[in-house]
Amino acid sequence: MNKPSKTDRALPWVLVTPALLWTLLFFVAPFVAMALLSLNYQAPDGLTISNYTQFFTNPSYYRAMTNSLEVTGLVTVISVLLAYPFAWILAEQVPPRLQRLALLLAILPFWTSYVVRSYSWLLVLAQNGVVNEALMRTGLFTEPLQLANTRTATVIGFVHFFVMLLTLTIFASLKQLNPSYRKAAADLGAGPVRTFIHIILPLTIPGVMVGAFLTFVLAIGDYITPQILGGNNELLMPQLIMLQIGRRGDFPLASALALILMAVVTIAYIACARWLKIERT
Amino acid sequence: MRGFIKLLSLGYALAIYGFIFLPVVVLVVFSLQSTAFPIPPFTGPSFRWYEAVLNDPRLTSALINSLAVAGISSAIAAALGFLSAWGFARFVLPGSAVMRGLITLPLTVSYLIIGMGLLVIFNAAGLPKSLLTAGIGHVVINLPLCFAIIYSQMGDHQINIERAARDLGATEWRVLLLITLPIMWPAIFASLFLSMTFSWDEFVISFLLTRFDTTLPVEIWNLLRSGLNPKTNAVGSLVFAVSVVLAIILELILLRRRPA
Amino acid sequence: MTEALVEMKNISHSFGRVSVLSDVSLTIKAGSYTVLLGPSGSGKTTLLSILGGFLVPRKGSVLIRGVNCTTLAPARRPTTTVFQDYALFPHMSVGKNVGFGLRMKGVVKSERDRLAHEALAIVGLSEAFNKKPHQLSGGQRQRVALARALVVKPAVLLLDEPLGALDLKLRRQMQDELKAIQKQVGTAFVHVTHDQEEAMALADHCVVMNQGRIEDEGTPERVYAQPATRFSATFMGESTLIPGEVTKAKGNTISVKTAFGSFPIVANAEDGAQVTLAIRPEHMLLIRDSRSITFGNARVTAVVFQGSFRRVLASSTTKSGPSFIAKIPVELEVAVGDAVTPCCHIEDLIMLAK
Repeated sequence: MNKPSKTDRALPWVLVTPALLWTLLFFVAPFVAMALLSLNYQAPDGLTISNYTQFFTNPSYYRAMTNSLEVTGLVTVISVLLAYPFAWILAEQVPPRLQRLALLLAILPFWTSYVVRSYSWLLVLAQNGVVNEALMRTGLFTEPLQLANTRTATVIGFVHFFVMLLTLTIFASLKQLNPSYRKAAADLGAGPVRTFIHIILPLTIPGVMVGAFLTFVLAIGDYITPQILGGNNELLMPQLIMLQIGRRGDFPLASALALILMAVVTIAYIACARWLKIERT
Repeated sequence: MRGFIKLLSLGYALAIYGFIFLPVVVLVVFSLQSTAFPIPPFTGPSFRWYEAVLNDPRLTSALINSLAVAGISSAIAAALGFLSAWGFARFVLPGSAVMRGLITLPLTVSYLIIGMGLLVIFNAAGLPKSLLTAGIGHVVINLPLCFAIIYSQMGDHQINIERAARDLGATEWRVLLLITLPIMWPAIFASLFLSMTFSWDEFVISFLLTRFDTTLPVEIWNLLRSGLNPKTNAVGSLVFAVSVVLAIILELILLRRRPA
Repeated sequence: MTEALVEMKNISHSFGRVSVLSDVSLTIKAGSYTVLLGPSGSGKTTLLSILGGFLVPRKGSVLIRGVNCTTLAPARRPTTTVFQDYALFPHMSVGKNVGFGLRMKGVVKSERDRLAHEALAIVGLSEAFNKKPHQLSGGQRQRVALARALVVKPAVLLLDEPLGALDLKLRRQMQDELKAIQKQVGTAFVHVTHDQEEAMALADHCVVMNQGRIEDEGTPERVYAQPATRFSATFMGESTLIPGEVTKAKGNTISVKTAFGSFPIVANAEDGAQVTLAIRPEHMLLIRDSRSITFGNARVTAVVFQGSFRRVLASSTTKSGPSFIAKIPVELEVAVGDAVTPCCHIEDLIMLAK
């Protein structure tokens, strides 16, 4: 091997520096800035944690977090429960040559813009929208239900999106199961139900967990769906943060709230990673 | 028993499909509403709202802005991702794992927080909100994706091909551009496509970081301020249709490539 | 006991329009070690799948212990299969894997664990009870798969190319162990392979298959020494093949006329029948002795050193056509281009129907 020349040694750095620089400048630096802001570094008395204490003492602030956790938890559970059977049906009951088409159809609404999708649900759930019209037609209801601008609407909006996402991930998880496992289970006396309970379900749980984690992280940080569908009666964390930026212009508080949200996501990430590691052994 | 399960499965699948398509159907149907309210009854079909969309200069310029931001930011993200992926894959750098982790870190962070952070430093730097600042944000969210995709595809089997090229006299840059780039093309294309999709549909960062010239999702959001309006339906349906057509074209291209 | 344990009668099967098995009939005796030997596409794996219940044959029937099992699901048959990729459940420990079949039968946990320990002891893996499959080597996984299949005490144990993924040394070792285990447990084994050495080492009942049919069947010694067909003669070991025609058939003795002369053979055939004479390489001699019959002259075209012998290929210079394959001791020095006299002893001639 020839001795590397000066340009040879510099080359790898030339290649990776642009990406590193961009990340440092536009991702790390903002975080540092936010951290400093959240600690009120610009205040005359120096660093304080008043923004954080504000969060923990002011009910309208920490309630946003509890709301977020409740809504996100609910959305995750409902989406998984709805998506798993659906993915199972697509992977097992649909004839193989139609599976790709069936899956594509199931995720087609992904291609509407996210904002548009939430807006569409607003239309559907409005006082005089299709759902209420249909319900009134049945004669069971004489007055339209207040569906839009409620937590229910937010949950429905989220579930709609994440059922599609989870169907995709669970479908992939089911498809990549070694078919020999099924044969072996059948060979050893397990019928279709027991094969599912003992073999298929346990082996797909890790994939489901990853999907559930993804759902949790994406939902808890989402501003659009709760803002369009949830109305302003109840605020979730992203809405609270946006409020501080927009109307109040209180960037230090907003930064603190954002970092708290990040902390929650990080805890969820560590929990999930740990759980997956345990699964391995 | 089998038949019962099949029947149950069919019923469940249809119910879920119905749930999934309900908002899209309502969106498209009421975009053809002839009166001013996109709610039942359907006073169909009329294209007046599509006309309104195409004649609305704010919407059409927002569309062009979206395309520009998506295209340019994706190109930058893919280029940076490709160069750094190759750098990490082919050379031994100290602290490589840490640096790679850093580049992929933004994947785990909510867009709201990324946008907020950028707003903070741009304010501090005195940089005004614009398509440029939004574009920078889009590169931040797409760079990790491009890097991850391309890096994962840089297999060892290509090392020998590159060695052969060097052996025949090619300089490093030539190897990169004439050998590696064409071989990695599918991964680069995939990351470009994904980045454009994410950027095209991205709302929060664009919302925070633009002011007057803005992207389509933000403009649609502005439309929402005026309440339920078939114009919004029309623009939404248009975006949907274009996306579906693009996806179909992509499928056909990919399908045709496969035998080769 | 020599009664039939498994009877497969007139099995035919096809995938789409491609026929994979044509009217195959096979009997398996209790306690036997049957090997289905053949190249890819011979139908051996399909036959095994039909026996295991993973396929229902288009035609024909499968009887196990006298019961018609043709359409019975694998779960209901008294057979278990050791799959080529072992198919150990990755999320269960070895002990749980082995006990799975027992659990499906409703055996209580304490009994399951006891039987699982027993089965693991038979395959020599008692200490692996609490390990997970990914912590074991290929050979160890194979043994766990065997234990899992044996613990439910099937009537027949089916093995689908179980040793294919192992290296040569390990394969030889596992062959010895499989044979020993089968003798110890007494269950009938049906083992599919394309490796004729493996077949010869393991089987007491060797079934040679080709293109959906059974070409030859019997003990490995018999199938090797007296192959019934041309395919069998060249798949089970190698042979030199010389075409000929039957003249003067008288009772049990016939005369076969070949390009190198006429030779008397003890066999049954009709006058005028076209036959092939086969000679095994270890019987092929390159230098005449007092008793040998000769096949003209030949020139050596290749010499391959194989450790304990040399494999020599020679091309006939007398008549165009026949290639001679001979295994000669290492002490004999032969080089490419040498002139040799291929010959053998008359009793080593094997007659094959065309």
